[in-house]
This record gives sequence, structure tokens and C-alpha cells, in this order.
Amino acid sequence: MNVATTPPVVLAGCDAPKAEASSRPVLRERGQREVFCGLTGIVWLHRKMQDAFFLVVGSRTCAHLLQSAAGVMIFAEPRFATAIMEERDLAGMVDAQDELDRVVRRLLDRRPDIKTLFLVGSCPSEVIKLDLAKTAERLGAAYMPRVRILNYSGSGIETTFTQGEDACLAALVPEMPAQEPTAPKQLLMVGALPDIVEDQFLRLFAQLGIEHVGVLPARNARDLPPVGANTRYVLAQPFLSETAMRLEDRGAKRIEALFPFGVDGTSDWLRAIGREFAVDEAHVESVLAPGRERAARAIEHSRAALEGKRISFLPDSQLEVPLARFLHTELGMEPVEVGAPYLHRSHCAGDLALLPESTRISEGQHVDSQLDRVREDKPDLTVCGLGLANPLEAEGFTTKWAIELVFSPIHGFDSAGDLAELFARPMRRRDRLEV
Amino acid sequence: MQLSVWTYEGPPHVGAMRVATAMKGLHYVLHAPQGDTYADLLFTMIERRNHRPPVTYTTFEARDLGKDTAQLFQDAAMDAIERFKPEAIIVGASCTAELIQDDPGGLIEAMDLPCPAIPLELPSYQRKENWGAAETFYQIVRHLADPSVTPEPREGRRPRANILGPTALGFRHRDDLIEVRKILEQLDVEVNLVAPLNARPSDIARIGNADFNIVLYPEIADEAARWLERTFKQPRVRSIPFGVISTRAFISEVAELVGADPTPALGDTSSRLPWWSRSVDSTYLTGKRVFIFGDATHAVAAARIARDELGFEVCGLGCYNREFARDVREAAKDHGIEPLITDDHLEVEDAIARAAPEMVLGTQMERHIAKRLCIPCAVISAPVHVQDFPARHSPQMGFEGANVIFDTWVHPLVMGLEEHLLTMFREDFEFSDEAGASHHAAHSPGTAQKTPVFKEEVIPEPEVTELDSPAWTSEASRELKKIPFFVRGKAKRNTEAFAAEFGRGEIDLDTLYDAKAHYAR
Repeated sequence: MNVATTPPVVLAGCDAPKAEASSRPVLRERGQREVFCGLTGIVWLHRKMQDAFFLVVGSRTCAHLLQSAAGVMIFAEPRFATAIMEERDLAGMVDAQDELDRVVRRLLDRRPDIKTLFLVGSCPSEVIKLDLAKTAERLGAAYMPRVRILNYSGSGIETTFTQGEDACLAALVPEMPAQEPTAPKQLLMVGALPDIVEDQFLRLFAQLGIEHVGVLPARNARDLPPVGANTRYVLAQPFLSETAMRLEDRGAKRIEALFPFGVDGTSDWLRAIGREFAVDEAHVESVLAPGRERAARAIEHSRAALEGKRISFLPDSQLEVPLARFLHTELGMEPVEVGAPYLHRSHCAGDLALLPESTRISEGQHVDSQLDRVREDKPDLTVCGLGLANPLEAEGFTTKWAIELVFSPIHGFDSAGDLAELFARPMRRRDRLEV
Repeated sequence: MQLSVWTYEGPPHVGAMRVATAMKGLHYVLHAPQGDTYADLLFTMIERRNHRPPVTYTTFEARDLGKDTAQLFQDAAMDAIERFKPEAIIVGASCTAELIQDDPGGLIEAMDLPCPAIPLELPSYQRKENWGAAETFYQIVRHLADPSVTPEPREGRRPRANILGPTALGFRHRDDLIEVRKILEQLDVEVNLVAPLNARPSDIARIGNADFNIVLYPEIADEAARWLERTFKQPRVRSIPFGVISTRAFISEVAELVGADPTPALGDTSSRLPWWSRSVDSTYLTGKRVFIFGDATHAVAAARIARDELGFEVCGLGCYNREFARDVREAAKDHGIEPLITDDHLEVEDAIARAAPEMVLGTQMERHIAKRLCIPCAVISAPVHVQDFPARHSPQMGFEGANVIFDTWVHPLVMGLEEHLLTMFREDFEFSDEAGASHHAAHSPGTAQKTPVFKEEVIPEPEVTELDSPAWTSEASRELKKIPFFVRGKAKRNTEAFAAEFGRGEIDLDTLYDAKAHYAR
């Protein structure tokens, strides 16, 4: 199939029927959650921002999570560490703030390359009400301008997995320089993307003729783009609600679109940007055409494995709704249940509206009940976390590790084929193995 | 506060999970916030278990904190019991729940439960994983052992043993157990119970039915075994069958304890290490300097095997679990070296760099350190990695375990004749340091040094010059470079020590060769 024969998909995009989407029934559950906490975002954020260091103020559990969550231990000296609280910190034998000063001093002495230090709150630091904002302010005063010290919470009692990135980026927003009131209209792309994908998008923006483009997070945390009333921001990730609110507080306005997955999602996202910046429609289409064609060809390889197959998403990264939209509208999969740890109705409105009526949307988790539903639904493919994948495989279900979707380049035209392949591979493997 | 990048051990509740996951019919109700479920993937991914660990997490959130987290715990416990119908449950708190002081033990006592509930007190801010596993196992044994179950008189029946210590996520526990069972069979000893691995709470009840206990991993079962010794008067076998010598000692000790003939077990014809080690091709192993680090039990055993069964020289010995530091101190004394007791991997890295060993026997952490320092390495201890769960049978205990150890430790080394060729034709371009040893490309210095990620970090080269040592002439430096990389560190250290001792102002060619003669062996 090529572009010419692709049936035109009528996309709601920014004209998504919001009322309909928000009235759609959602199964809300409460119970055991099989998801990571927000600290896990550090695993990719510390590589994205090359001059930043993440210091978790937490327990041995936090340190153990960070080294286990990546699936492998990254033994290169990483740009993150944990200040592990001990008995004497809790018993008040030492002053926690003094201890933090000492740890931060030791760290910054050892790593003169650090330009931004994030103090990251954890469950234990939140529970004992350790005021990291105060610490960041005090230490910041001492180390500026060499090191900027910020703080956010990645605790499990407040954040789920990708919400850690949201909290981190939200902490950066107040640090962004103010845009001059007379400054020309600027596009701000928000969300950590693999460098290669970010570059692909930046090239497309340039081709569209958009001159002023900023990216949050910037590769160097010290090179933050300006923000103000002339900023239009577009989300590259569906889990950035807090960051979006902070940007709006500073005058920026959101460009509504589908999330940039696959041919249709990426097209809708770029078209919405083009409209906002008054780019001639014909020009937009000519910029999109080669990417659309390549992406359509690339995902075609996976169609045989995926078309007509039933898929269930267990909550993980909040990418569930846009990815289910991609698999449904572009590859003909039938989403049975789409579970997200948290559902941002307005950010996901466009994608949500394109899911079939029959799809069960769930938010939050009661893992045992949800697994019961998987057993009843018997989907052909179940997307879930690492703790559940092998047990489900052992029960005869084909699974896809959700975490790979966060750790791989999946956005945009030129990753569309890889994204489809991530779902097709477990299906093909299952068919291939004779043991 | 302790600044930590990588840790050797998880928190104590992960130790409890290792016990619970090893057992059957036991459920762990853990008061914990969202996110602590990450620990499940250790079992399903690293060990490739095909079941979820039997753990229910209460999953409280910030908004629950002002309200009734205690009720949340009781509801979760009730749900778990209804759904999983365990024979017994263990209950406890993770680090965060410990701070909110809901007292799961007290809460569970107030509930009318259809099964025994064992409260765990695992202080997260003082203790670590191994301690947590040991304490959990001890509490399970204490609560579930039926004091009225004791062995009937020995006449007319086979002697009975408990095998204690194997857990989930253990380093080769699965395979060690097979080897130990084999030995017991040869000695006509019946296995009363293996625990925690695959034991049910109802099996633990009849733990008193054994005549004696075998503790494979003191880190996990020592505390329980002490209590059993006191309570049931069950003696305990002291030897742990790591290596040929200790396997023989283990066989003799068990045989003596039960009055059996050890000869058939001692004569096991599949024990190859002794001949492999005596075979002339192994001569080159003599005096290879090895640095050993791991949990205390594995490290001490490795040091003994390295010296007495392979003819290595132990140049460094340490452990990360302070609870068993005494064993390591004693062993280090025996080897005439200073013990290294630390859970700071940076300290271990420094110690390895300083010792400039020819081989490292350690955990996955030391494997990475050794890779960086371009030193051959074999893994001997937890913390575990997916590679530590091979598909094939790969024990560390018994005669077969010794065979496995011989292969695993010898293969990473530069082999005998290759070593000579490298020395003779040092200048051959294919023998350059960048090429490394022919059989371990992944470990070759060239590959390791190209890794860009630690460029900002000052990793001491094995050839680090002591500040107070005399300077090298350029001629002597060039000569030093002709010595193959795997012994160059030692040559440099020896020469510098020699120069310092004999007051040589600078190191020239003569000093280099005088030192060589001085240290000749």
C-alpha cells in the first residue's frame, strides 16, 4: 500500500469532539499498582540533559529502584546518585539540612562538570517533610552562578513513572527566561525526546519555515528557551500536565493536536503547528509528503502481524491512549482495554476520540482485577510492565514490555516503522518459535 | 546520609521478598507506596520467574496519608487472603511505611485471620537485603515450627537432614541444591526439608523432624539454624561444600554425624578439578594474583579455592556485608592481607586499581570495574544479574561445582603458551595492547578504553605511580611497555617498591632488571 491508496483518514485533531471524549465512560480503579514511581524518569533524563545531575534524597529502596529499573545496571558513572537517609538522619541525631549540604558539597567537588543539580524528593523525604525547596534555595545561593540547584518530587506517593519527567520539566519552567513582549511568535516543543527524533522534528520545523523554535528540556539544562505570551507550545509527550500548566501560567498557549505517532498522528501534529504559524497549507503538505510516504511504507511491514488483532494496554507510561490510537487507526488493531495510570482528558482528547466505542478505557489500577480482565478478554497482545510480562507469557499471553516504548525512538515519521515493529515482533516471535 | 551510586544490597524488605518468593503457599502483605512494586521485576526478569512474586503492596498515596492508611493495610491483607488463600502470611513495612508507623504487626493481630500471620520488623534505615532475608526466614521458622515434632529414635530408619538457605534470586542456589542432594543420597541421608526454596508453611511446621541441619548460605539461614540448634537440639554441619577440599570436608563431617561410610561419596569420579589443576598446562596459573570481593561466604570460599586448589595468590579479599565481616577478617589474616569491608563500590574500585591483580573474582559490580581496568574477571557472588541464571546446570558446590569453578575462573585468563608468545614477540602489531588477549575480545583494553562514558571520571590506571616513588627514565619506561599488559602492573609496582627499598634515585634499565632478579621466583 502506498500513500496514493491510503484511505483518507478524517482526523479530528484540534477539532476533536471534546464533549464526546470527556463524556466517555472511564473505569476508575484503586488498588495495587504495578507501575514505577517518578524517580524512574531519571534514567533517561540524566542522559538527555548532559550538564545536569540528579540527586535523589531517599532510602536504599530508591537507590535500588534506580539501578534495577533500567533493566541493566548502567555502570558508566551515571549523572545520578542517591543520598541514602540513615537511622541517625531520622532520629534527629544530625540535622538533615547539614547532611545534605555535606553530600552536595562532596558531589559538586567531585563533579565540576555539573551545571544544574536537581534535588529529587522521594517517598521518605516527603513523609518526613524534608523541605528540599528550601535546601535548593539555600544551596543555590551558595553555588550560583556555577551551579543552579532545583528541586522536584519523584516520589511514588505523588508521581507515577513518567510524571517524574513532568515534575522535572515543571521545575525548569520558572527558570526559563522571559520572552520580550515584542518578541516574534515562538514554537516551544515540550517533552524529552531521543536526540535523533528531536533533530528530525527541528528539521521539519525549519522546512515549514518556523524560525523561532525552543525545546524543553534543552540538551544543556542551562540553555533554557525563553517563554512568554508569544510562545505557542506543543506537547511531544502525553504526560506533561503540570509542565503545561506552568507554561500557561507564563503566558504560553498550547497547540492542540494528536500526539506525533505514526503517519496520521505526526501529520496532525505538524499540520496543527503549521496552522498556528500560518504556514501555507500546500507548503505544509509538501513538507509532510516525503515523511508520510516513508512512514506509510515502513509501518506496512508490520500490518500482517497486527491487523485485526486485539490488544490490551495495562497502565504504565500514559502513552497508552495515543499508541492505541496509532495501532487502531493506522494498523487496524482492535484495542480491548486501554489502561493508563492517569488520563489527561484534554491533552489526549483527539486520540481518545478516535478509539472505538467498544474499547474499555481505564484509569488507575487494581492489578489483580485487571489481570482477571486480561484473562477474560484474551487479547492477542498485552502491553504491560516488566513485573507482569513473564508471568503473563507463562499463562500463554503474548506480551510487549511497555518500558521499551519509553526507551526507544518512537515519535515522528521516521520512527513509525520501528514503533509498529515493537508491537509486531512479539507476535512474530510467538509464531516462529517451535519450542 | 550516605552518597551512593550503586548498591550491593537492596533494602531489607527485598530480602523478605526473596524468602517469600522462594516459598510456596506463603503471601507477603507489604505496606508500601506505589513504585515499590519495581522489586517484582527482579524476580520476573533477572531470574525469569514465570509467576509474580507472592506480594501484595498496599500502594498508599500522598492523599491517603492524612486519612486511614491503617485501614488500607487491613483491606489489602483481607483481599490478599481471600484471593490467594495462603497457608500463612508475613506482614511488614517498606522504608516509607516504616515512617508512618502504622504497625502492620499490630494491625494484623487485631484482625481475625484464617491463617497464621507473621509480623516482620525490618528496619530499613539500618539494615539491608541479606539481613532482611535472614530475619524473615528466622521469624517464619520460629512462628511455624511445631515444637512437638521431633525425630523418632534413629534405629531402623535413614538419618534426616534439613537443607537451609536457598532463596529466590540467589547466586546459583538452584544448582547448588542439586549437588548437595546428590551427596546426601550417596551418604544415604534423607532430606527432611529444603527451605526456604519451594517449602510450604506446612512443611516448615515439621522442621523439627530432622536429625541435623545443613546451612548452605549462612547469610540467609544462620540465624534460623542457631535457633533450631537451641530449640530442637539439631546439630549443624559447619563445612560448606565449595571447592574440592571443602566438599570432602563436608562429606566427612556429614558421614561422621550420621555414622555413614564416606568412601563412595569421596570417590566421586566426576571430580576433575584436582587433575585439571595438576595437569602441566595449568602451571602458568601458579601465583596469579587475584582480588576477591563478594558476600562473605562466597568470598572466603573463593579465596581458599584460589590458593589451595588453583595455586593462585590472593592479593585482595573483602565483603560488602558487615554482618559477616569477622569471617573475612579471619580469612584475610590467613592469607596475610588486609581485609576490605565496605559497601562503597568506589572504594572497591580504588582497592582493585591499587592491588593491580591479574584477575578479579567478584560480583557484577567488580566485573564492570575489572572491565574498565582491563583485568580478566569471573563472577562468584550476588548481587545477581540475568547472566547469573544460565540455562545449563552451573553449580558452585560439590565436585561438579568445583569443575564449574575451574572452567569459569581459568577461561578469562591469557592461556599458557599465548602468554609466552606475547612476552617473546611483544612488538608484533597484532599483540599490541589494544588487541588484548585473543579469546576475550569483549574484555580487550581497546574496547574498554573506548567507552566514552567515564571520560570525566578519573579511573586510576593499573599503572598508577605512587607519589613517593622515584621517576622512570624514558628508556626504562619504554622497556616497561614491552612487558605484556597483564603483568605490566605487577612489574611496575615491584620495580617501584624495589627502587624505594634500595634507595634508587631514579628507575633506569638496571633498576628494572635488578628488581626483576630480586623478585624472581
